[in-house]
Amino acid sequence: MDRFDAKTPLKTPPTAALSRRGLLKGAAFGGAALIAAPAFLRSARAQSGPIKIGFPVPLSGPYSTEAQDQVRCAQIAIAQFNDKGGLNGRMAELLVRDDKLDPGEAATRALELIESDKVNFLCGSLSASVQLSVNQVAKQRGVIYNSISQSDSINQVSDFSKYTFHEALNPHMTAGAVARYAFPKFGKKVAFLIADYAYGHEMERGFKRAGKEFGIEDVVEIKHPLGQADFSTFFPRIQAARPNVLVVCNFGRDQLNLVKQATDYGLKQQMKIVFPVLLFSQRLAGGAGPFEGVIGGANYYWGLESEYASAKRLNDAYRAKHNNAVPSDYGALGFAGVYALLEGAKKAGGTDPDAVIAALETLKYDAYKGEQTYRKCDHQAVQSVLVVESKPQAEVKGPNDVFKIVATQPAGDQFLRSCQELGHS
Amino acid sequence: MTSDAYLGKRAPASRPRATGARRALPLIAFIARHRVLSALVALAILPWLTPYQALAVNILIFGLYAMGFNLIFGYAGMLSFGHAALFGLGAYGCGIPIAKFGVPWFLAIPCGIAVAGVASVIIGWFAIRSRGIYFAMITLALSQVVYYSAYQWTSMTGGEDGLRGVTVPRISLFGLELNMLNPTVKYYVLFAMAAVAIWLFSRILASPFGATLEAIRENEKRALACGYDVARTRWLAFILSGLFSGFAGTLYAIHLSVVPIETLHYFNSATILMMTLLGGMGTFFGGFVGAFVYIMLQDVVTVITVHWQLVVGTLFVVLILFFPRGIWGSLLNWVKP
Amino acid sequence: MTLDLLLLQAFTGVALGSIFVLVALGLSLIFGLLTIVNFAHSQFFMVGAYVGVAVMAYTGNFWLALVIVPLVVGAIGMVCERFLIRPLYGRGIDYPLLLTFGLGLILLELVRIIAGTEGFPFSAPAELTGAVDLGIFFFPKYRLFLIGVTALILLALWVFLEKTPYGLIIRAGARDQEIVQVLGVDVSRVWLVVFGIGTGLAALAGVLAAPIRGVFPEMGVPVLVEAFVVTVVGGMGSLLGAVIAGLLVGITVSMTSLFYPQMTTLSMFLLMAVVLVFRPRGLFGRAGVMD
Repeated sequence: MDRFDAKTPLKTPPTAALSRRGLLKGAAFGGAALIAAPAFLRSARAQSGPIKIGFPVPLSGPYSTEAQDQVRCAQIAIAQFNDKGGLNGRMAELLVRDDKLDPGEAATRALELIESDKVNFLCGSLSASVQLSVNQVAKQRGVIYNSISQSDSINQVSDFSKYTFHEALNPHMTAGAVARYAFPKFGKKVAFLIADYAYGHEMERGFKRAGKEFGIEDVVEIKHPLGQADFSTFFPRIQAARPNVLVVCNFGRDQLNLVKQATDYGLKQQMKIVFPVLLFSQRLAGGAGPFEGVIGGANYYWGLESEYASAKRLNDAYRAKHNNAVPSDYGALGFAGVYALLEGAKKAGGTDPDAVIAALETLKYDAYKGEQTYRKCDHQAVQSVLVVESKPQAEVKGPNDVFKIVATQPAGDQFLRSCQELGHS
Repeated sequence: MTSDAYLGKRAPASRPRATGARRALPLIAFIARHRVLSALVALAILPWLTPYQALAVNILIFGLYAMGFNLIFGYAGMLSFGHAALFGLGAYGCGIPIAKFGVPWFLAIPCGIAVAGVASVIIGWFAIRSRGIYFAMITLALSQVVYYSAYQWTSMTGGEDGLRGVTVPRISLFGLELNMLNPTVKYYVLFAMAAVAIWLFSRILASPFGATLEAIRENEKRALACGYDVARTRWLAFILSGLFSGFAGTLYAIHLSVVPIETLHYFNSATILMMTLLGGMGTFFGGFVGAFVYIMLQDVVTVITVHWQLVVGTLFVVLILFFPRGIWGSLLNWVKP
Repeated sequence: MTLDLLLLQAFTGVALGSIFVLVALGLSLIFGLLTIVNFAHSQFFMVGAYVGVAVMAYTGNFWLALVIVPLVVGAIGMVCERFLIRPLYGRGIDYPLLLTFGLGLILLELVRIIAGTEGFPFSAPAELTGAVDLGIFFFPKYRLFLIGVTALILLALWVFLEKTPYGLIIRAGARDQEIVQVLGVDVSRVWLVVFGIGTGLAALAGVLAAPIRGVFPEMGVPVLVEAFVVTVVGGMGSLLGAVIAGLLVGITVSMTSLFYPQMTTLSMFLLMAVVLVFRPRGLFGRAGVMD
């Protein structure tokens, strides 16, 4: 029963948690306030004093394991920045909030962080709907937001604003990387099982577009409701179609339930199971057996440390602080997101949004897995994508030894949708 | 007006409390007599009581929503598990015109209320023939149908990603330019709109319809024998309740500039039930008191521990066991001469 | 679309339906006999799976877990009944419903605090893994086993309620509490036992479902919906209704996943709505109960 230690107490900076609890000073309800200029909010954001980064993530609920790891990793980025003296003596501070995986709660928390805590930047989120709602709130108020969960929409012109950055992978690049590895290797008859929401649809689109290059044949396509507990009723159709590869575009607990049940029904003997994203945390929760031989994409795996000094640096800092455990893939995004914002502030020499945006657009940074940049038109982080395979029990050498990296798609513009396609002129 | 009437003849007889409590009587009596005025005064100072304004707006909106829910749950005695559909449809009905068609806010809000109204006419028509737990279940089932329909209609609603772009950055009123990005301004604009609804709600309770509703809740058979159209009154109560809930939904869309699909989920129905119960079912202030305590508590506890549900759950159990009338209901009972 | 596929789909639906029956039984029993809507049902289900994990960790014996889990969780259920539910008897259906809602939240958070948020691996014993050849298709052994277990539990429950003196007292108490009390039976003790059995059954369902659905704190969330739909469609308080409704829901879900897969969850609610519109008390609900 291998599980990584996630019970390390969560360290929310006490100052951040408590200082804001003072009663509101009577913000005058007068005519002057009513007819405030549009610059009202931005002028209130401090250009001196600590650099505050608001960090709304789902600390409670089904993805609390991943979210708490995001916080742990983000704290490391903050600590490293502060240890090096900050920005001309300005220290960074992380204001963690629980978004409860609910876009309404997340929007409220984003309003709190912007209006009451006067944060300089926002970073965080673990689901597409939450990041889009935080982004909506942030962009109207001119606050830079760096999202760390997957979405294709956030790159598109309707949701994007110059304040929007996307540190996470997006479905297009993730699915593309996995597709380019899996289809030539395992066969061209492909079945799709897709969670019926944006993440699933976007991943499916990514697989199909990359699949065109290899002339895949789409033998069956099934959409399942989000939060499906039992997948057995979808299997007869999949089995009857006799595919070589079963692409399953779902996430989290759905993923875990699916591999368990697919193993029971003997699907793995008949076809290769492929996910767009294979989560480190879900693999630990599900065990080696159900996940054996399953392929998927990842933004990070701790095993990268043999290749990259930056990965080693993150892992070592994490190990030292958290009882020799290693950062998870989604956790590491928390590090990268905060790291990039602080690097941008350093380069800009301050926290003025326009200066930091300009700095980030030209920044080359190596947060945790080699060099990355933000593409100018949509602020998508151009980065590598790993393709990993889950190891069988016999090959597992320790509690964290769960995947082997079978392919790496290098960082490159050619793996992203073009700026024109996204609606950017 | 307390919840014991709702429990019917099984309720333990409420015993009058003595002495000390009486001293609070004049104040409570004053509040009860001028309930609209009192509610407005309390809500006017609300932003000074919450840690940040966005929370005050949430309390205002959910208080309004709970007030509407209370009409069917507290005053009519029917446990609806489908009010999320009415609140959510109000939000989408207001948000979609703004985000997709550029409709101005003053037309979008009536549109949202109308959508919620139509939905409550339909859901109510199906549901009022059931009683008790079956009423709860059929409202739940129908609200889930609404949830999944919105979920599938991605081009309009945004599906699971939610509706974005409900931006109302400023409101022009009588030559006055109000900046809705200023949290204080936003609160008082929404407060002014809510005030109208609160006044209207009070009028409805004071009307013959309100009296009929109470008569039916107290004793359905007798009301029927007296010649009241029980089914029609219940249906009307459901529709009115839906209109208020839908109105709260429209304000929610404007407040957050997004409409999450979660507004339609049955968890939202459960949340509003909890708030109403916490405040006091069948009491005028119950909804607002419940929303205030629930939202404030959750906000504070969430900052201290990720296990906020433990606190909420415990509160719930304690409340049901020891204060079944809710906070405001218990207070009223306590000072009752 | 071949006949084989339809047949397999229908059979898969029956197998799924028996899981629905299993998860609904505890809810239905408590409802039928105590007229209490136990919203914490799904969390007792989840606690059952976690206790199962603990038993497996110490003994490694799945069969032992099947015995210990319902006893342990049934005892927890009895404690809850004695101190939380008992004061609410005779106060309508809303209060127990809301109390158990709060109780469910407490159980969920306690499990998160004690056992963490990330869940545990849980496998069926080796003799029940793999698939068997049923002639025209292969089917997982464990799911066949679940059909059998569900039938066995139903049989045992029926014998207990219909053929034993205890069952007689329970049924009589459900119908007329005062008469039974006059006859010298301690009714409150009967309620205690029934609540214990109901929560024990929920827990047993939890540990039986664990090899299929995994063990994690939120595993009960879909169960509440499933159990409610089955209980309501069948008619609250009818055991036979629960069985028929469970199979009906299973087949509905299975056929929906063949023709319109993204609507599988909705199909359950639609079925419930349709049944309630035409039969406001469900298929086998008695008049006067829960109105």
